[in-house]
Amino acid sequence: MVVDPASNWPLFAEKAAELLEKDKVAVVFGCWTSVSRKSVLPVFEKDNGLLFYPVQYEGEESSKNVIYTGAAPNQQAIPAVDYLMKDVGVKRWVLEGTDYVYPRTTNKILAAYLEQKGVKPADIMINYTPFGFSDWTSEVAKIKAFGSAGKKTAVVSTINGDANVPFYKELGNQKISAEDIPVVAFSVGEEELSGLDAKPLVGHLAAWNYFMSINSPINKEWIAKWHAFTKNPKRTFNDPMEATVIGFHLWVKAVQKAGTTDTTKVIAALPGLETSNLTGGIARVLPNHHITKPVYIGEIRGDGQFDVVWKTDKEVPGDAWSDFLPGSKDIEADWVNLNCGNYNTKTKVCSGQNYK
Amino acid sequence: MMHRLRWILHATICATALALAGPAGAQPAGAPDPAAGTAAALPGDQRLAALLGALPEASYADKRTLIEQMLALRDARVRALLQALLDGNLDVRAADNRVFITAPEGDSGEDLRLTDPLSPAAAVTAPSDGLSKIGVNNQLRKELRVALAQFDLSSPDAGVRLAAVKEMLRAVDDAGIAVLRERIKIESDTSVKREIRVGLALADLDNGDAATRRAAVAAVADSLNPDVYNRLSAMVQSSPDGSYGEADPAVRAAALASLRAIDRSRMLYSGIQTLLYGLSQGSVLVLAAIGLAITFGVMGVINMAHGELMMLGAYTTYVVQLLMPQHIGASIIVAIPAAFLISGLAGVAIERGIVRHLYGRPLETLLATFGVSLILQQAVRDIFSANNRPVETPQWLAGSLQINEVLAITYNRLYIIVFTFALFLLLLLVLKRTRLGLEVRAVSQNRAMAKAMGVRTEWVDALTFGLGSGIAGVAGVALSQLTNVGPNLGQSYIVDSFMVVVFGGVGNLWGTELGGNALGIVNKVLEPYSGAVLAKIFVLIFLILFIQRRPRGLFPQKGRAADG
Repeated sequence: MVVDPASNWPLFAEKAAELLEKDKVAVVFGCWTSVSRKSVLPVFEKDNGLLFYPVQYEGEESSKNVIYTGAAPNQQAIPAVDYLMKDVGVKRWVLEGTDYVYPRTTNKILAAYLEQKGVKPADIMINYTPFGFSDWTSEVAKIKAFGSAGKKTAVVSTINGDANVPFYKELGNQKISAEDIPVVAFSVGEEELSGLDAKPLVGHLAAWNYFMSINSPINKEWIAKWHAFTKNPKRTFNDPMEATVIGFHLWVKAVQKAGTTDTTKVIAALPGLETSNLTGGIARVLPNHHITKPVYIGEIRGDGQFDVVWKTDKEVPGDAWSDFLPGSKDIEADWVNLNCGNYNTKTKVCSGQNYK
Repeated sequence: MMHRLRWILHATICATALALAGPAGAQPAGAPDPAAGTAAALPGDQRLAALLGALPEASYADKRTLIEQMLALRDARVRALLQALLDGNLDVRAADNRVFITAPEGDSGEDLRLTDPLSPAAAVTAPSDGLSKIGVNNQLRKELRVALAQFDLSSPDAGVRLAAVKEMLRAVDDAGIAVLRERIKIESDTSVKREIRVGLALADLDNGDAATRRAAVAAVADSLNPDVYNRLSAMVQSSPDGSYGEADPAVRAAALASLRAIDRSRMLYSGIQTLLYGLSQGSVLVLAAIGLAITFGVMGVINMAHGELMMLGAYTTYVVQLLMPQHIGASIIVAIPAAFLISGLAGVAIERGIVRHLYGRPLETLLATFGVSLILQQAVRDIFSANNRPVETPQWLAGSLQINEVLAITYNRLYIIVFTFALFLLLLLVLKRTRLGLEVRAVSQNRAMAKAMGVRTEWVDALTFGLGSGIAGVAGVALSQLTNVGPNLGQSYIVDSFMVVVFGGVGNLWGTELGGNALGIVNKVLEPYSGAVLAKIFVLIFLILFIQRRPRGLFPQKGRAADG
């Protein structure tokens, strides 16, 4: 069953209802933007469906009916900032994003995290641009001016999709190289790079939980299979695709364990299950419906692939509610013991979904 | 491993060196480079060969030491070698572990021209498989650039020397300063000399002697170099305990005076920069709107497919680049007439097929052309896929014109400003000076009378619409250099285009030109204060208020034609 809601948010909810009520599907793998996930969420909760969401997102959510196989902020944004701070010695930060929910939430978490690490507010510049922004001249000039204050500066980019190409082009044209002001991006991967001329981007960074170029035997074998399947030896494979593969393996294991495809039983069977990811580590489903993932930082190469320059020692467990935001510090998600996605450890109250 | 040992056997003569080089092969990364230690004991040529042999399997940290040791050899061949490493053209052959400088050979892209860095004269052509690139990371790139700059310092070309000095000043250390001190004694070019002096003065600002520091402050007084600015700011900054970065009050006063002067010229240049950015954004707006100024402004047709005609122009650029992959630089020039023809023909087809049946019924025209725009988008999705297509930027459009340290304008923006103005003049000429222009104006002012005078109005309609559409296609070529070439390209510009035409005054080309530039400048002046999102909102609010006051725009049409 494949449905395409064409990035039309209300259509996502409609199609989800159709899949669950008419087609009676046992499981759905999908959604891309956070908006699309938020629109199908009530439908999945009402009809007790099961959604595997494979994209990195802003966190601050945990639903009984969703398994988040993409990265939470502590599995992508925070390690990337750690890398820049410790290994590159960055002292000044530009948080540049597209104006919508994922960048706004991520930047809020990052700003809180940086200030906690002793970065002065004067050394953080937060900036938003509209969707599909293409006239980057003055924005980039601003970054250049901010970066010429004598301290090592980096840009953390949550710029979405189409606005990236003109952004990197402008960086290249204004001669800001990755050596002076590196840009680390959370939404630029192999698939996006295949649609553009990667030369002006060489040396800039991206943080993901998977890179196509990672040299593990299991990954090599998988890519060979993928190329044979698509009959295209140049077809790229990327992080959300890997997250989908992991999600599928996990679902199969859960069905085998539960002995049925009944959603309630499969959801109950999921926490604790393990499967190997494509980079040689283990993806384990946590009680908060997130999974464990390794974090990699890669430098963009001229051919649109990445060179891994840094990785975490072991897999990082996904955290649904950020520890760095005042509002969500005390909140925990646990579907095994607490049966709650939004449990306040201080007031001992479960707000939100409650199935008792 | 056997190959590797055999090769080292070739490269080394003495047996002790061989014994030492062995472990280097066994433990490529990790331990700090036993191979380099070996090399030190060898005469120049073999030392370079040994260093080169260790390069492919070294870790980034080891590569750094290897590069430093290569530089210490003071061998002219090292320059080409390091340049290739920086450009990503240094490859290692898996079969025998030999390192080559590679360059593409022939048209197929399969073959590579291999040059041995040790004997640059001999080159062979070989297929590219079996070769893998020797990687570098950001830090190595930076060091390579500084290293290359030291070679360039003795170049006969003053421009190269100037660039080299600037490169060295980006990451300057005591060794670099010593090199610069040597250089300034024999340097003849004044601008290179000035740059070196700034660098040396920057180093002198840390000198223990107050008089030297004062002289250094005087030397950098008129420099716009951001490092100078940062150093001077640090000197006059007071710390919480009341002490200043600079202890001597006289030196501090001099630094403060220089800072003020630098601030003044910085302000001036940033004003000029904002104006240029505004003009460039305005030019993009004019470019997108000028075709519409003809179809909407002169003919009165609300063409919702205008954006998609630009998209067709952008895709034409992509196809032209596919057809001539060896001549990316010329492809843009070829794409301009090609896009004009394709979009123009599409425009004529839309006019003949749909719009002509709907003259006088603006709402239906709007809906029908909106339908056409959806059809064109879907057609492009089916032919080229929904993903964006990569359009390469030719060399002559990349980079920026650096006027001084704080003022630069990128070439693509500069060309767009010039190109838009040229296109505008050309269009003005066509409308005012040619027979077609005369007929177009006649038909738009009074259709019935023009017809009575023997003007073939149908023919004029089709040509006018074709002209406007063709211009949209040409705009698409320019946009392909600025933004993504994808099915949504048109949608993101259609609102802006209507905005500019309405603001400038319907039916007036001058209005479009001035209106577009005015909106661009207002937007760019606001952007630094309000952010990009709010700036756009402010511009829209301003526009709504303006249209309320003057519904016919900046330059309203006058006379009887305006009443129609």
